[in-house]
Amino acid sequence: MNLDDEQIERYSRNIILKEVGGKGQERLLASRVIIIGAGGLGSPAALYLAAAGVGTIGLVDGDAVDLSNLQRQIIHFTGDVGIRKTESAKKKIELLNPDVRVNTYHDIVTSNNIREIIRDYDFVVDGTDNFPAKFLINDACVMAGKPFSHAGILRFYGQTITVLPHESACFRCLFLGPPPPGSVPSCREAGILGAVAGIFGTIQALEALKHILGTGGLLADRLLTVDALTMSFREIKVKKNPRCPVCGDTPAITSLVDYEQKACDLKL
Amino acid sequence: MLNEGKLTPDRTLDLRTVLCPINFVRAKLTLEEMTSGQVLEVILDDGEPMRNVPRSIKSEGHTIINVLKLPDDSYRLLIRKEEG
Repeated sequence: MNLDDEQIERYSRNIILKEVGGKGQERLLASRVIIIGAGGLGSPAALYLAAAGVGTIGLVDGDAVDLSNLQRQIIHFTGDVGIRKTESAKKKIELLNPDVRVNTYHDIVTSNNIREIIRDYDFVVDGTDNFPAKFLINDACVMAGKPFSHAGILRFYGQTITVLPHESACFRCLFLGPPPPGSVPSCREAGILGAVAGIFGTIQALEALKHILGTGGLLADRLLTVDALTMSFREIKVKKNPRCPVCGDTPAITSLVDYEQKACDLKL
Repeated sequence: MLNEGKLTPDRTLDLRTVLCPINFVRAKLTLEEMTSGQVLEVILDDGEPMRNVPRSIKSEGHTIINVLKLPDDSYRLLIRKEEG
């Protein structure tokens, strides 16, 4: 047992759980999770993963903290406005739990860099806010065999699914490609309540933790949708599509593609 | 007789003055390192520790094979590690 006295106390509520114990806690401390997008989804995901003792957390984001982010991106504080989101988030994680090593990538993911960025991690959390990034993350994770958690949110609504490449349905098994630019509004246009992002980012953190611990049932082959305005949770059973262009029997997509337009760059 | 079997502990943990739930966490971590059938001796304070720790240890599937009250009002438990 390598846990020191402080760690035994810090993680006592984890260790008490039958599904965790000392061995599970050591597994968490040895694990590596990368969060793409340090925003509404990535903030709670990063904080819960750090608090639980995930030993290495990667943060990818090319933006700086904006005052309008603070209503939902709870890892960033008022004094952080103007600094890189990756630096702001890293600072909070290190204050929360010095056991965690944080790697930052001040960049957006592209077909050129994503393979390299996700390579050394066990699990990927998709906390991005646009369709091109979501399809890129799906394709890269399927091709690299990296399990990941997808989530997308808008207004009071959101959806999430966990993808175990070549085992369970991937994002492209469900949606063949991004919707036409302009057809779906962005959070900037449509609004989002921060607590909705909190629900989904927290689910994503839980999926990563359960995957690392090898316990429980992952949200694979099940798309969870939540309408927080009526607080209606719905689970849609989905299946791997044998004709999926990425994970199907004869994939049409064999290299990564960058779609043109980020949803949040759409003209208002 | 009841609780027949091995009564010589393989490991000992003195958890007097250790508060809940850290006393249980320490016992649990030690049991994780032991092999099935080995015996852990634990010394617990009366009161909250004695109300909580034995129950938690049993809920983990281990067997408490002996309880002995000590002169300082603490208790000595012998716990047999069970697999699982």
